[in-house]
Amino acid sequence: MDEFLASLVRGLGTGSVYALLAVGFVIIYKAMRVISFAQPALMVTGAVLVSYLVADLSFWIAVPVAVLAVAALAMVVERLALRPMIGKPVFVISIITLGVDIVIRVVVNGFIGRDVRQVGDPWGLATLDLGGVAVQERYLAMLVVTGVVMLALFAFFRYSRTGLAMRAASFDQETAMSQGISVGSVFAVSWVIAGGLSALAGVFVGTGGGVDQQTWIIALKALPAVILGGLDSVGGAVVGGLVVGVVESLVGTYQADYAPWLGQNFAVVSPYVVMLLVLLVRPYGLFGTREVERV
Amino acid sequence: MALPASARQRRLSGRPDFYTSYTQDMALFNTAPKRRAVGVLAVGALLLPFLLTDDLLQLLATAFVAAIGAIGLNLVTGYAGQVSLGHAFFIAIGAYTAAALSGDPDDRTIGFGITFLPIWLLAAGLAAAAAGLLVAPLAVRLRGLYLAVVTLSLVFLGEHLFKEWSELTGGPGVGRPAAVPQMFGVRFDEDGEIFTGPQKLYLLMLVLLGIFAVLARNLARSGVGRAFAAVRDRDVAAAVIGVSLPRYKALAFAISSFYAGCAGALLYTVTGFFDPGSFNLLLSVQFIAMVLIGGVATISGSILGALFITLLPRLTRELPDLVPFVSAQSSGTITVFQIETTLYGLLIIVFLIVEPRGLYGIWVRVRNYWKSWPFSY
Repeated sequence: MDEFLASLVRGLGTGSVYALLAVGFVIIYKAMRVISFAQPALMVTGAVLVSYLVADLSFWIAVPVAVLAVAALAMVVERLALRPMIGKPVFVISIITLGVDIVIRVVVNGFIGRDVRQVGDPWGLATLDLGGVAVQERYLAMLVVTGVVMLALFAFFRYSRTGLAMRAASFDQETAMSQGISVGSVFAVSWVIAGGLSALAGVFVGTGGGVDQQTWIIALKALPAVILGGLDSVGGAVVGGLVVGVVESLVGTYQADYAPWLGQNFAVVSPYVVMLLVLLVRPYGLFGTREVERV
Repeated sequence: MALPASARQRRLSGRPDFYTSYTQDMALFNTAPKRRAVGVLAVGALLLPFLLTDDLLQLLATAFVAAIGAIGLNLVTGYAGQVSLGHAFFIAIGAYTAAALSGDPDDRTIGFGITFLPIWLLAAGLAAAAAGLLVAPLAVRLRGLYLAVVTLSLVFLGEHLFKEWSELTGGPGVGRPAAVPQMFGVRFDEDGEIFTGPQKLYLLMLVLLGIFAVLARNLARSGVGRAFAAVRDRDVAAAVIGVSLPRYKALAFAISSFYAGCAGALLYTVTGFFDPGSFNLLLSVQFIAMVLIGGVATISGSILGALFITLLPRLTRELPDLVPFVSAQSSGTITVFQIETTLYGLLIIVFLIVEPRGLYGIWVRVRNYWKSWPFSY
């Protein structure tokens, strides 16, 4: 039972990181109807920036600075590579983000080098005893921070004028424009938020193990989370992220005993299997809106 | 149409774009210059082995195989409009089917010793096509970016499978020998009495590319090709006019995967060895880049794009001699490998923004300029 609980908490912790990334994907999707494949690069950029900043600054200052810097980078990407493409097929725009991802990652890999870079977090691998279950502090930190950020985001979308503008633009761009909403700045804000969330996720991915040139792949695990929850549902992305995290962690704990024929490291690809199974039953994810065809 | 033969055949001299029948318009080579140009290109390509060095021929042979794969991706993504990021997965299936069939039975990896090229090539294509049909039930229900993510997940699942199944693949970091290209007692990858290995491989791949390209072009102008285009342009409208969406989406995936499987089977015969780690997302992206840079929904564009992407590393490798701050070692500040990868990304972005029709579009513009020269504007 203890093993199960420990595995569950680990899953919720990593799952909340996926949730951060997944919400970024969803916010961009809701604004532009595009899946941004640039998120992995933004995530790694955040983590690497922090790993350089902690040399001079405290971790608690380095993280906000990195988050802001990556948010700014995301805005630049949107303005330079995506704004000229408005009105083009979404597939084309998605492929452009793939190109952006490759370019940014090559530059960032230059800064990572061959070593594993530490983000200098205060948790490391320290554990906490929670009612007899040893839980790593970093997983609790991930859960708490993600919870706070999500609450703030939901409040932002619910109560602020910009949030309202974003919801309106995602509902119907032309009507939103006719009401005086600048759809361009909605795009910019979406990318800023998504970039910031990715950077934050990157920092958490870096806790404990550090960042190396392969870390970016983790960000793609947010894609099953997004599809699971439905591409256009922020709440679904959070649920999807947590589900993916827990599934991965539980598979990692029990698969070696119960299904060894699936091979080592099956946990890493288990989110994709879950996604395929869910899509077979529900083609638009658990919370996504079914597309209505008008002829 | 019961037209007399003479009416179908009549062409007006000096009016290449003037068609007197639908058959002429839809012909494989619908203008005389096109026929002549393809003829000249084919003869030129056949003469190349006697002009170029062996390492260049090897590179070109790889490019021709890549072109087969790119044509496959273009069939599903360009012609039928179904986004696939999973091309690397189908290529892997082809590569392993062929390698296992033709492999040495006494080796440490699975092998059945059937080295006759047409057999393992067809088997590789069919195995990949079967995998494509397996994906089809999902692909039929999904559209656009959902489909892109699902095909992306294939790459990750495939990577896991091939890394774990080391009896077949040799395991990561070790790899296994590629398929043995042998036909009628001739080994294409070994030096013979008349031709060297690369010369033979080059000619083999050239002929195969020719066959696959003509077949694909033929498919594109047939009823199936028009059904693909209808599904791509507006699937609801296509369904209304009686194009069965499940059937044609599944068919597009199967045919595309068949091409990918054949390309995978041939791709590694040039180097002779391959590793399960090579079938990653980057390989899929390279094929996407070939299609986008070459030209969406054109066969000649796919070939151009494949040549361009495959020859690109060769060009960047010349950079350290020309630009002083670029280093050929992997330890320098700016290495050729970094420039190469960045170029893939940048070229995709630049082409999509500036010339969405790709290299083929540039060619069309050049052609149109000279068509009306000196009165072009």
